[in-house]
Amino acid sequence: MSGTKGVSLGDPRPAEVGRLIFERSTACARCTEMPPLDVPEIDLDAALAQRSRRDAPLLPEVTEVDLARHYEHLASVNFGVDSGFYPLGSCTMKYNPKVDEVACRMPGFAGVHPYQPLSTVQGLLELMHGLQEALGEISGLPHVSLQPAAGAHGEFTGLMCIRAYHEANGDARRRVLIPDSAHGTNPATVAMCGYEVTTIPSDERGGVDLDALEAALDTDVAALMLTNPNTLGLFDENIERITAFVHGVGALAYCDGANLNAILGKARPGDMGFDVMHINLHKTFGTPHGGGGPGAGPVAVTEKVAPFLPGPVVVLSPEGFRLVAPERSIGRVRSFYGNVGVLVRAYAYIRAVGGEGLRAVAEQAVLSANYLKERLKGAYDLPYDRPCMHEFVLSGRRQKRENGVRTLDLAKRLLDYGVHPPTIYFPLIVEEAIMIEPTETEGVETLDAFADAMLAIAEEAARDPEALHAAPRSTPVRRLDEARAVKDPQLRYAPPCLD
Amino acid sequence: MRFIPVTPAQQAEMLRAVGVSTIDDLFDVIPEAVRLRRPLSLPDGLSELELIRDLQALAAKDLDSSRVVSLLGAGCYDHFIPSIVDAVVSKPEFFTAYTPYQPEISQGTLQAIFEYQSMICQLTGMDVSNASMYDGATAMAEAAYLAASVTKRRKVVVADTVHPEWLETLRTYSLAGTLEIATAASRGGVVDAESLAESVADAAAVIVADPNFFGNLEDLTAIGGIAKSGGALLVVAVNPMLAGVLAPPSEYGADVVVGEGQPLGNAMSFGGPGFGFFACKSDYLRRMPGRIVGRTVDVDGRPAFVLTMQTREQHIRREKATSNICSNQALCALAASVHLASLGPAGLAEVGRACVAKAHYLRDALVETGRFSPAFPDAPFAHEFALAYVGNAREMQEAMLERGFLAGLELSRFSPELSGIVLFAVTEKRTRGELDRFVEEVASL
Amino acid sequence: MYPSDLKYAKEHEWVRVDGDTATIGISDFAQDQLGEVVYVDLPSEGDEATAGDSFGEIESVKSVSELFAPVSGEIVKVNDALDDAPETVNEDPYGEGWMIVVKLSDPSQLDELMDSSAYEAFVAEEA
Repeated sequence: MSGTKGVSLGDPRPAEVGRLIFERSTACARCTEMPPLDVPEIDLDAALAQRSRRDAPLLPEVTEVDLARHYEHLASVNFGVDSGFYPLGSCTMKYNPKVDEVACRMPGFAGVHPYQPLSTVQGLLELMHGLQEALGEISGLPHVSLQPAAGAHGEFTGLMCIRAYHEANGDARRRVLIPDSAHGTNPATVAMCGYEVTTIPSDERGGVDLDALEAALDTDVAALMLTNPNTLGLFDENIERITAFVHGVGALAYCDGANLNAILGKARPGDMGFDVMHINLHKTFGTPHGGGGPGAGPVAVTEKVAPFLPGPVVVLSPEGFRLVAPERSIGRVRSFYGNVGVLVRAYAYIRAVGGEGLRAVAEQAVLSANYLKERLKGAYDLPYDRPCMHEFVLSGRRQKRENGVRTLDLAKRLLDYGVHPPTIYFPLIVEEAIMIEPTETEGVETLDAFADAMLAIAEEAARDPEALHAAPRSTPVRRLDEARAVKDPQLRYAPPCLD
Repeated sequence: MRFIPVTPAQQAEMLRAVGVSTIDDLFDVIPEAVRLRRPLSLPDGLSELELIRDLQALAAKDLDSSRVVSLLGAGCYDHFIPSIVDAVVSKPEFFTAYTPYQPEISQGTLQAIFEYQSMICQLTGMDVSNASMYDGATAMAEAAYLAASVTKRRKVVVADTVHPEWLETLRTYSLAGTLEIATAASRGGVVDAESLAESVADAAAVIVADPNFFGNLEDLTAIGGIAKSGGALLVVAVNPMLAGVLAPPSEYGADVVVGEGQPLGNAMSFGGPGFGFFACKSDYLRRMPGRIVGRTVDVDGRPAFVLTMQTREQHIRREKATSNICSNQALCALAASVHLASLGPAGLAEVGRACVAKAHYLRDALVETGRFSPAFPDAPFAHEFALAYVGNAREMQEAMLERGFLAGLELSRFSPELSGIVLFAVTEKRTRGELDRFVEEVASL
Repeated sequence: MYPSDLKYAKEHEWVRVDGDTATIGISDFAQDQLGEVVYVDLPSEGDEATAGDSFGEIESVKSVSELFAPVSGEIVKVNDALDDAPETVNEDPYGEGWMIVVKLSDPSQLDELMDSSAYEAFVAEEA
């Protein structure tokens, strides 16, 4: 990863680029064959009330070799954490331990049905109970539902619990406060939960503007949703006052747990005065992102919100582990009990690392982020120059103004260095934002190579801006015509003869 | 320390570069009052050997499907998963990747999703599919939101033959006040057309499952007609594993087709993760929730794939987005694509036919014992059916568990009216020998 | 860059008055800020436009903006050609890229709008 030589993904054979599995099809080719039917043949039309299918769906007809090679090719043009450094801010792309993949595939976890008698799944229920307890201890919010399938699903769940809490007090409220640095899911969740968004500006140190917060707070406010550390990677120093203000008008404080990795074992949202939080297991607890999912977004709450959690939760009774719906539950937010395969991975991670290990995770994540920040703050603007937590946000505005090079160009050039670019253009309050989260699982050599690449690109921006506009050059495909994708949407394979 | 590659000497070097003397100095920004000044009350870390030993001990307490003959379904199914499926989803380039925000280095994930969308359109007969959702229940709730947004109406009419947990999920989603739920009653295990017709006025959507929770096939022609007469969208939830034998909902005028994708390539895992699929007519593309992948070209004119139609989504439209969802179940959807491609059209039809044939074989045999009677004698069914047991159904299930069978699901947990009714599912994994033995044993109780 | 026969609103729409009707589009500055336009969501003929309210949306690949009516009145024509060729807004913002024609219900609203030199100064300040 030195100099300007691209060492990213291999150069695929041109004929393979974009070739669909449908286009590998050969009539009557088969991979999986069924054993001969061992019960009497059935008249499908009669059995299915004359509703049997006439025209077979157009699926690929391929052999196992075709499949193996097709997906090997697709893997070869895809970049994951195992491929290289992935400092995608706010996403916590840490290494995913292989033992977790072994764990979730154990037959006693993968091969059990959600409705089999609970006496036959005590091992898995014990694991889920253990995970509930661990997340309660880590967050300082002791009551946990493992049901939500993702972070945004956790936000929805948490906010619905808050809604139910207020309604139970006969207290219909209409607004939720969100800082201007928030993730887009926060306002979208607020709208889904039937509330209106009030945006709170950030102050010059990057925290919540206390005057604006006080001015916005009244008894019509149901909650404040806050990410802490926030999306600038900064810990809000006024957190106790913020949650006290919120509680002062009878509202609840919701913590977006996206950045929990920074404070594991160092501070707990429950102790900061938060009432509800979601925890992204696929970020903090090392479960893989799967190219977009599955993740898991358990919700942890205080005693007073606990009765409203979605059911069921796992409880330990004299007869063993049982599934129980909380007393005034909002009801399910999905079928069954959650993304259990992901819960198993997270449990395995927590057990492997241990309590002290989690603290070390946060410490190294924060040290590595500060280290990179120091190495890069000369070459790029640093809008909030103070110690960061697990991530920090640079601005490419200097390069934009002086060299006509945008942050998008810088990011695309990084691809030629074999690095996944940081998060860009977020948070919205930073012009040409570059949000970098190294995580604790990267060695110094990797961090230095990344810093060298970023410095080299800053130099290139000054020397040869055109080269950056043309980046990347060494990737399997280059910049895409995204406008065409919207104006002329091609969203599925259409066979040539039918189109 | 596990998974942290920085040595103490390197840490000291990094601290010097940052200009602080201890790591704790970096945490001084956290007010003292909220600092945790004690160790987390969690066990110490474990070596991998110890961890695997512990996990295996837990897993051994559970009765997995390789050690029992399962006749459980009700939304989660024990199908055969070809070896190629796990071989593909175990590739770290797929499972350790994030959402494909950088298309230049994410063509694998993007193309796989495009192929998935294509296959879902083929199964459902719909024009467009998104990249997948959390599960079938939430996909159904999102369909209700879509219908409300399209029709500018708030009420959705849901058949009470939909999976009770999906119905409960929809109710939770409606607590926000943005949806109003009306249920259409059933008669004989299928939607009662009269009840539906009464409640369809001003409805945004009519939502049914086919097969429904009891395994029965609904009269989609009649239901579709009623939905259209009320100006409501028709939303149908289907089981994708039956798409090779059952005509697609598009033939009955469905506007949105959703469902739980677990039967395709995904382990049961106590009910998750699977994935929800969501497909609709192209008229509703701009109101569709979730990620969508499209095909375009790169600057050199090569075909390439990219996340598209993103202005619908939360990171751009924020509180006006079609949904707050910002992920999909890409890896589970990948498993489904590989499974579908490994089956092909002929294989999918064979699996469906085997499931239906074996289910009908078992039901007839069980009824013949005289110990069971059909709960819904007139309703056609596919691979799942409900029977009333003459004795105490719970005791029968316990006795059969001792004999190595998971004897279906007794339904009183969902409604006291369903007490004593047992829902059986039969997949292609069950052999005639297993089914015969089950019938023989249960008859001898 | 800002034709002198048009009137301009602070939200960057322009108005071309012809008798009792007004044609409405967005300015060259606005189209340049948006980048390549990929979709324009317009109302139907017969709908009412209200000055200051949104009458539609305009999208680039990664942004969406509301279109605000500079004047009130019944919408008598809609530029359906933008459905198939939204990029016309970039290529010819004052000509073929027009969006709607409104039958003015309150011509005095035109007095609230800027002329081209005032708009040019306004844009210079915004940029």
